[in-house]
Amino acid sequence: MKSRILPGFRLSLTYTLIYLGLIVIIPLIALLANITINISAIIEIVSDERLVSALFLSLRTAFISSFINAICGLAITWTLVRYKFPGRQVLDAMIDLPFALPTAVAGIAFTALYAPNGWIGSFFSSIDIKIAFTEVGIILVLIFIGLPFVIRTLQPVLQDLDKSLEEAAYSLGASKFQTFFRIIFPSLLPALLTGFALSFARTLGEYGSVIFIAGNIPNKTEIVPLLIMTKLEQFDYIGASVIGAMMLVISFIMLLIINSLQSWAGKK
Amino acid sequence: MRNLNKIILILFSVLFLGLFLLCPLAIIFHESFSKGIEFYFKSISDPGALQAVELTLITVLIAIPANLIFGLMSSWAIAKFKFKGRNLLITLIDLPFSISPVISGMIYVLLFGLQGWFGPWLIANDFQIIFAVPGIVLATMFVTFPFVARELIPIMEEQGNDQEMAALSLGASGWQTFWRITLPRAKWGLLYGVILCNARAMGEFGAVSVVSGHIRGKTNTLPLYIEILYNEYNYVAAFSVASLLALLALITLIIKHLVEKKRCQ
Repeated sequence: MKSRILPGFRLSLTYTLIYLGLIVIIPLIALLANITINISAIIEIVSDERLVSALFLSLRTAFISSFINAICGLAITWTLVRYKFPGRQVLDAMIDLPFALPTAVAGIAFTALYAPNGWIGSFFSSIDIKIAFTEVGIILVLIFIGLPFVIRTLQPVLQDLDKSLEEAAYSLGASKFQTFFRIIFPSLLPALLTGFALSFARTLGEYGSVIFIAGNIPNKTEIVPLLIMTKLEQFDYIGASVIGAMMLVISFIMLLIINSLQSWAGKK
Repeated sequence: MRNLNKIILILFSVLFLGLFLLCPLAIIFHESFSKGIEFYFKSISDPGALQAVELTLITVLIAIPANLIFGLMSSWAIAKFKFKGRNLLITLIDLPFSISPVISGMIYVLLFGLQGWFGPWLIANDFQIIFAVPGIVLATMFVTFPFVARELIPIMEEQGNDQEMAALSLGASGWQTFWRITLPRAKWGLLYGVILCNARAMGEFGAVSVVSGHIRGKTNTLPLYIEILYNEYNYVAAFSVASLLALLALITLIIKHLVEKKRCQ
């Protein structure tokens, strides 16, 4: 093997595996090993009404916010890559704010904005619409959390997109609309789906920002991570482990989907 | 037609980003100064706040170097060599990114908590991990685990092995090659990873919340302290402390922007 000429393979790989094992793998196995109950007891925990409604809420809000991010993120990425306008660089730099701003800070800021007496919430409450402490509030804060995943995945792909294809389409008489949906969109689709999946995976497990704005009413605005937290506080470690394992399985499936999307995008 | 599209899209982007990014940022600073500048400084110099700053810094000072060394080691192994299971290894390194923060904290409670695997042994030896500083550090290490490695692997892969080979063939040792060739060429990616790692480590909430036990003046990091103030309806103080983290986020963005510019040159 040619590449083995470089030294340090065994040292670096051994260190990587040990550290990965200690920090990530063993603790995750501990979670699975903690489920020491039989199948029927597991089914009982999983089919609990409160958990089912929390799970649907988490899936629904993660899906809707990621979908909105995919659509709006595409428009914003297009604007940032294709147009020059004053303030573009500032906007571009701002996109990463959700990565840098702690989730708890985002949570209290969104709650303050959308509470009935907040800057934006007071307007909506005057027309009798409640945003904070409802599902809409959760979706709004998750849009914030997931936005950079879509934009930062799309941006490099759009930047590298070969403009000559578009120009060829124009010169052959295609309309703007046709060019976008037949030429540009198909080449962006893998990246768009990857961004959506990354955003979905991240927002599904989000905790810090959501608990402030959700109101956390059981069966209504209670998300799965909060339910795990509640079980832990009641020292119901097995119940928490079962729900945690369920979330882990979903995370792992998402990771596999993201990886295959990325290799698809790489082939394009 | 072209201009109309352009104007609509720019307007939409500015409005959307203004609503979702600028408004939250603006309200943090607005709320924190709503009782005047004196109250602001009193809130951020409160003993509880100072204690939270201290613990946050301790956590970061352990978590970043640990993940930095791991990042260097793993990217050397993964980017410079081809081996079986390489893709699986990359997936496993990415794992903490897609795991809910609550689960990231919970796994350590299950290991080191009272009822956990090592719980009885820890009690016998009078060493506390959960509801204490070591647990907070561990949970932070977990959630920031992939950051440096994730930035370094693609960069080192792209740079290939040619320069390292040249150095070795000219008689440099492995370490010399690493310090003089590999590291300088990857330094911007490294810095970028560390900045992101730092931002996440200082701001992590869910994972730390599970392991901390919220012991005031003992196991509060800044985000946990904000939660306590907020739940005590001490909103202005909560926003004052939050403004420190918002400031840190802005600094992070600026450094990141500068690093990206350097890297493009």
